[in-house]
Amino acid sequence: MSERPVDPIAIDVSDLLQKTVASLHSHLVTRPTGRAVRMAIEARLGETGEMSLSLIDLSEVTVLDFSCADEVVAKLVQRSQGPGGSGTFFVFRGVREPHRDQIEVVLSRQGLAAVAQTDEGRFELLGATTPAEAATWRVLEDRGLLAGEDVTEALPGRDGRDALERLVHRHLAFQSPITGRWHALSRLVSHLL
Amino acid sequence: MEVITIPGSLDGQSVDGFFDRVTEAPTGRALFDGRHVRWVDPNGMVGLLTGGAVAGERTGALPRLELPENPDVLGYLSRMGFFQEARSIFEFDDRVPRRSGGSSDVLLEITPVRANVDVHEVVNRVQSRSGAILASRLGYPAASVVQFSVILSEVCQNIIEHAESPGWVAAQAYNWSRRLGRWVVVISVMDLGRGFRGSLGSEHAARYGDRWSDATALEAAFLHGLTRFPDSGRGQGIQQIRRQVQRWNGAITIRSGSARIGQVPEWDDTPPLVDGLAPFPGAQISIVLPARAAGSPEGAG
Repeated sequence: MSERPVDPIAIDVSDLLQKTVASLHSHLVTRPTGRAVRMAIEARLGETGEMSLSLIDLSEVTVLDFSCADEVVAKLVQRSQGPGGSGTFFVFRGVREPHRDQIEVVLSRQGLAAVAQTDEGRFELLGATTPAEAATWRVLEDRGLLAGEDVTEALPGRDGRDALERLVHRHLAFQSPITGRWHALSRLVSHLL
Repeated sequence: MEVITIPGSLDGQSVDGFFDRVTEAPTGRALFDGRHVRWVDPNGMVGLLTGGAVAGERTGALPRLELPENPDVLGYLSRMGFFQEARSIFEFDDRVPRRSGGSSDVLLEITPVRANVDVHEVVNRVQSRSGAILASRLGYPAASVVQFSVILSEVCQNIIEHAESPGWVAAQAYNWSRRLGRWVVVISVMDLGRGFRGSLGSEHAARYGDRWSDATALEAAFLHGLTRFPDSGRGQGIQQIRRQVQRWNGAITIRSGSARIGQVPEWDDTPPLVDGLAPFPGAQISIVLPARAAGSPEGAG
């Protein structure tokens, strides 16, 4: 399917870290460092439209502590949602084993969740989700795209359809305002990987 | 001069008694008698700096330090960078050995922590040298160096964010052959700030009423993750350090004011909470990570 309802942008956190904080700081540690990187990301996102999809690349980050995970991942996700939120959808790339725990913890603690690439070609939902949300997200992730007529077959119960709505509301899935189709975020950024 | 005798073995087990002596010493200029020190670990070295700073602040005069007579101890203190930090805290004879290259089991020499840039420096240093020690001495997997760095980052930030006062950190691997029959890594982080009770008081003391004390403040932060910041993303540092230390079957204790709280495994008989110590400024954190026992799963001690 070639439809791409949003034009995603890629942001390399390691590159931002070098440019915005100090060239000497090669690790994403301490809250002020995380805050500075988050603000640089937000400034970059401010240049995009009202609704945007961003691929935040952590592949080159060696050490990510809990303070930075909170600033760079949890706060970005938190500020994108709800009334007055930035409206941005996020996919976090390069969330390998050494970073995974920190990101899971900061998201779960605040009832948040995010889509993350945890290995080559493998995407997971990290953080706080209900079983129905997790199952529905997996269906959408496996299919990549759901059209209105597919939903009843793919998500036979009411729970699944409710969960799909919540995933969109939580910015864990994207629904095209033009076609009404639901997209897995991983597919929308696949050309950037 | 008021003489404060430094214990022959100054480490995590004897440092509370040493702090009690510092606190209870009369207010005249202090003399720290270290001539008979035979053994010192990161808790002892950082504790000695902390104790000296407290005595100096109380009396308004630099305390005098009588150096250990044992050349091995002197050499070790020198290698760990003790004298570099001690120059602004103690007056002592200038017969200290020249600082030589670090021992292969030193994960982190005594490093002052005053600002966030110091935390970056700590992480840079341990990243470059701790991997080999964690693997060869403790049998930890290669990825553990990141978790180890995260622990150090979080404990050091605790100084900057909560103490609002400078502190020090140091880490070293030892063979605890008699005590545990295994190698361990000892991490010590101490500051002279306002302590957990002072940091949390304005936000949480009222809820505790008469029960508010050093012990309840430590319980609030250590067990329940309370912090003075209203931000729901804060207060995770100590909680997550505890979790990682537990995964590695290690021990962590924090003294603040007149209490010490801890999370200790079965091999350590330290009580989980000690109250009624002599009131001592700041916070003193000790972490001991043991080598993996033969046959234990990866990531477990």
